[in-house]
This record gives sequence, structure tokens and C-alpha cells, in this order.
Amino acid sequence: MKKFIASVMFALTASVMASGAAMANTGGVPLEKANVNIHDQSSLQVGAKYFANYCMGCHSLNFSRYNRVATDLGLTNEQVAKNLIFTRTDGEPTKVGELMKNGMSQKDSAEWFGAPPPDLSLTGRSRGPDWIYSYLKAFYVDKTRPMGVNNTVFANVGMPHVLWELQGLQEQECTKHGEGEHAVEHCALKTVTPGTMSAAEYDKVVRDITNFLTYVAEPAQLHRKSYGIFVLLFLGLFAVLAYFLKKEYWKDVH
Amino acid sequence: MAERHPHNYTGFLGWVEDRFPMMETWKAHLAEYYAPKNFNFWYFFGSLAMLVLVIQIVSGLFLAFHYKPDTTLAFASVEYIMRDVPSGWFIRYMHSTGASAFFIVVYLHMFRGLIYGSYKGKRELIWLIGMAIYLALMATAFMGYLLPWGQMSYWGAQVIINLFNTIPVIGEGLSTWIRGDFVLGDATLNRFFALHFFLPSLVLPALVFVHIVALHAVGSNNPDGVEIKKGPKGNRWSDTAPADGIPFHPYYSVKDILGVVVFLMGFFAILFFAPEGGGYFLEQPNFEPANALKTPLHIAPVWYFTPFYTVLRAIPDPFFGTLAMFSAIAVLFALPWIDRNPMKSWRYRNNAHKINLMLFAAVFLVLGWMGVEAVTPAFKELGTRMTQIYFLFFVVLWIHSNPAKAKYVMWFGILLGAVIAYDFIFRFTAGDSGATVQMIIQFIWPAAYLALTLLLPAFKASCNEEKPVPDRVTG
Repeated sequence: MKKFIASVMFALTASVMASGAAMANTGGVPLEKANVNIHDQSSLQVGAKYFANYCMGCHSLNFSRYNRVATDLGLTNEQVAKNLIFTRTDGEPTKVGELMKNGMSQKDSAEWFGAPPPDLSLTGRSRGPDWIYSYLKAFYVDKTRPMGVNNTVFANVGMPHVLWELQGLQEQECTKHGEGEHAVEHCALKTVTPGTMSAAEYDKVVRDITNFLTYVAEPAQLHRKSYGIFVLLFLGLFAVLAYFLKKEYWKDVH
Repeated sequence: MAERHPHNYTGFLGWVEDRFPMMETWKAHLAEYYAPKNFNFWYFFGSLAMLVLVIQIVSGLFLAFHYKPDTTLAFASVEYIMRDVPSGWFIRYMHSTGASAFFIVVYLHMFRGLIYGSYKGKRELIWLIGMAIYLALMATAFMGYLLPWGQMSYWGAQVIINLFNTIPVIGEGLSTWIRGDFVLGDATLNRFFALHFFLPSLVLPALVFVHIVALHAVGSNNPDGVEIKKGPKGNRWSDTAPADGIPFHPYYSVKDILGVVVFLMGFFAILFFAPEGGGYFLEQPNFEPANALKTPLHIAPVWYFTPFYTVLRAIPDPFFGTLAMFSAIAVLFALPWIDRNPMKSWRYRNNAHKINLMLFAAVFLVLGWMGVEAVTPAFKELGTRMTQIYFLFFVVLWIHSNPAKAKYVMWFGILLGAVIAYDFIFRFTAGDSGATVQMIIQFIWPAAYLALTLLLPAFKASCNEEKPVPDRVTG
């Protein structure tokens, strides 16, 4: 009987585990760890620079303001106005207090790319840093796509490889192992045209952009945890007092 | 009209007391409300639920100062709160963490009622009012979840409102009436905001008030299930008060302060260090604005609704699925009339009853887990089996009402037969071997559940033994 129960339990856990594992695999390639540090201010500054120069023409940060970025990244308003703002509002240069919108019309861009480039204010939360980091490294040459590139993290994405000059161009190489229906295909990206940066330099730039987008998704996280420590310390102390107060009151209850 | 009790207050207090029963109320419900002296850990959750209600009302009020119930503005106004309103992120996280905390606290509070039989001994109305609070809470949470107007807000509401479509004849009209439009849109968002403000600020406090009035009229139950009012009289504070009672204030007020502080440590740890609650308190897709043209890969309601969502998915027919889901909630209302055993606390009831309650808690957790997972053949079957056990629980609870005379083996046969008959008539499809294999393998769950709760007490006398309830509270 015990043996029977054990075998049933095994079958159960195995079937549950197998379906769980199968599920985890749907949705494509495993992501690389971004390992960003939002408290690394110079990394955030570099990320903001690259974002403003390479990404922001198409991707807005509609919920973020330039001067908030300035404050949080240790920059002056003048530095931000000079280096990050390339747009005009009503004929005047956009002011630092404004939201980080861009000049691209949603209607035009939908025609150009198939869909308008999304606002990236919250991508650091909706997709997460690992996704952004992996995505920016996963473009490869695919002549069948309108922009000449495809992406392993986001299949058939409408976006061109904006950073190709820095990274160079990659191609996907697949090798098959095994026979027939048990064949397993392993694909890897290989650089075919080197860019102006080494692989390590490119990784750093991508990590900085990811870091900036992670920060911009929730600016409060720069200070949130340090408040938390004080609140918990206070409550810890309060708990000790509350415990002894309770003990004192209750000593005559039998 | 009855004469009021004379009082000895002088000065300002006396002036007020002549005109308003301030100290009279204070005494009746706090300083001279005698609660059993043996409350344990489980008795913190009532006062904690009130604390969370206050947190939600106050943080919600501040959010409403800045929030805009308009489909073109709502999402941006939430981000405005998160970024531009001073401490706005803190207020918003208070509210989002508070929503989940509310359900954690309320589920534990309800489970307390279950294990100590707190709905017995003229306390049926307390339970019913409590269930009304739970319903109002679920409605409030559901409508509040639409307000950020993210992808999950939109699609979650879409799924839940469309459930009403499945009701024959009136369904379509009913869901249109709820939405205020033929599609989920601005009209829906606007009225959900109004209702999300109305329910917790007027309806919930009123229900909490009558919940407590009813409780204080009958008196609190306790872990022993002993009625202290029926025991000997006279304690240090009063000759007429129950001997096993102590004044709520200061004894339980200082004890609850400790409970509050410990609760807040957990609450703020989540708020400051993991406000997304691992993706369960704030779901990732909800950081994308609602898009009626783009369905998320995997729609799951917030965790506190997932047990019932699994029940819904367990029955493929949409109408019967919806019916099962609402029945899973409705059956809880009948609990005081299902559990007819005069003994309140599980401490003195038979072991089979204890096993039954613990398995019920486990099944509820697994149902919740299944609700957040995507459907696979194994998970689908597990969800269905847990749904069956969820409903079987109430029958078993009823059978345990009289352990000495219960026909355990007969009921084991009837219930197991019912499960098999249900599987064969409604679930078995010839040719779908994958589903059939799962069905057979996972038949172990209801079989084991019924064996543990019905066969064990039938064949092992020690599992059916009830212990004598003491005359006085212990510990």
C-alpha cells in the first residue's frame, strides 16, 4: 500500500513539475541578467545620454520630467537643457520642467514601423531590466524583415537596430543535434561586422541605458529603501516597548 | 423611552454626558466590555482589519485628490501621483499594499471563525454581517483595480463583467447595465470610481459598525468556545461581569497595539522593499496602459480572487462555471447552518474535523495558486479536483456535526460515488487520453480527502473522539 501511495505521489509531482517546466519555457529565449545598479549615478548619466541621443527620437518618456532626471542624476538644469533636450515646444526650446515627450507623430510612426514606438516610461517595470538588456543585445541580420533586422527576444519586432554602429551586426547561426523528431536546434548570435565598440564596451552602454530606464520607471526607488530602514527600526523599537507594556498590564491576569 | 443611567461626571465631561452618551458608549464597548481572557494569536485580525480599513480610506482619499477617472487621463494621473505628487508614491503603495493586506487579514479572520466556531451560539448574524463585509470588500477591490487603467485592470474587468453575460435571458442586459455602455470604457471607469469611493466610505464602515454591535451584544467567542457569560460571575472590576472576562480596555487595547506594530512591520517591509509584492500585489502587465486591441498573453485576476477564478475555470460551461464561482462564495453564508455541532472550538472536536479544516485551508491555497498559473492539463485537473474538494468540505463539515452517530462509511461511498459520477457524466470525453490520464491520476486528491475525513474516524476510534469542553476558559 505504501509503495502504491509513493508511486502515485511520484507520478503526481512529476506531472505537475513537467507541466510547470514546459510553461516556463514558453515565451522564448532565456534572458541575460542586467545587473543594474540604480545608485550608480555615472551609469545613469551615461544611460540618459545614450537614451536622449539614440532612443528618444522615437521613444518618449511621457511621465518623466527633465528636471526630475536632473535632480536624481546629479546634473544641473543647464546641463540637462544642453545635452538632453532636442525638442521645441510652441517654437521655444522645451523647458526643463516639461515632460520628456518627443516630436514624432504617432500616426506617421505607425505607418513607418507598423506600430508607433511605445512610450518607455514604465518598460523597466512592465518588462523588467533583464528583458531590456537582453533585447538590446539580441538584434540580428534578417533580410526578410522590413528593417533588415530581427530580434531573438522580441520576434519580428518593427524596430530597426538603432545601435548597430556601436555593436556591429550579428547573424543567427543554428546547429541541429540529433535525428528526426528528437532533433534539438541550438541557435546563437555571432558578430559578422564589428562595430565601433568592443563587446564589453557595448554591454556597458546597454547596461547603462537599461539602468536609466529602470530608474525612470520608478524614480522613488532611489530613496524608498532608505526610508524603509528607518521605519522598520522605529517599529522594531516600538514593538519592544509595546511588548513590555502589554506584559506589564497583563501580569495581573491569571 | 428608558431613563438613562445616572452618571457622576462633572465639569465638561459631565456637560457632554448630559447631552450625549460619550462615556456610556466608551464604557459599554471598551472600558467595561468584558472579553474572554484567553484570546490568542488568531484574535488580532479583527482589529487589524479595522486598521487596514482606515489605512485604505485615508490613503484612498489622498489618492482621489490627484486621480482622474477618465480613460485618457487615468493612467497618466497614477504616474503623476507616483512621480510629481510629494510622497505620492508612498500614498499609492499604502493603498496597493493595503488592498492585499486587507484580504490576508480578512481571510485569517474568517479562518479564525471557522476553527473556533465563532458563528455559533447566537452569533449567526455576526457571521452573516461579516460575509456582507467580505462581499462589499470584494466589490470594492474589484472596482478599485480598474482605476489605474492598466492592461490587467482593463482585461481583468473585461473577463469578470463578461461573466454576467453567461446568465440566461438577462445576462447581456445586466452586463451592459454594469458597464453603463456596450463596451468597457469611460462610463465604466467613471462609475467604478464613484462606487469605489462610496462603498468603503459609507457602506463598509456601516457594516463594520453593525458587525461590532452584534458582537458586543452576544459577547466574544474564544479559543475554547466557552460562553463566559454562562460561567460564574464576578471579577476584580465588577461583581456582575463574567469571571473569565477582562475589560477590553486596557487589556486588549495594549495587546492589540503590539499586534498592530508587528503587522505594520510586515506591511512596511513590503511597502518599502517589495511594493510589487513579487508581481502579485502590483501585476507587471498593469504598468502598460489599457489597450482594447491587445490582449495580454495571460490574464489572471489579483491573487485574492484567484481561488474563485479557479472554481470558475474548473467548469468549462460558462454559465455553470459562473454559477459554481458564485456558489463557492454563497455557501460560506450558510456555514452556521451547515456546521450543526454544538461544540464550537476545534480544540475539543474530533481529529477528523481538525484534518478537515486544515485540508480546507490547504485546498483554498492551492485553488489560489492554480488561479495565477496558466492552464496546463495537469494544472487544469488539479484546479478541478481542488474545486470538488472545496464543495465536498461543506458536506463533510455537516456530517461531522454529530460524530457519534455519523454514518461515515455510507457517506464516504456516497460522496466518492458522486465524484466518480460527476467525472463520468460531465468531464469524461472519450478519445482525450491526456485529460483522462490526468483525471485518473488526480482522482487521488478527492479520494484521499474523503478517506482522511470520513474513513479515518470510522475505523480509528481515536480520530472520532470528542473531548469534553471545560466549564471555564483555559490559559
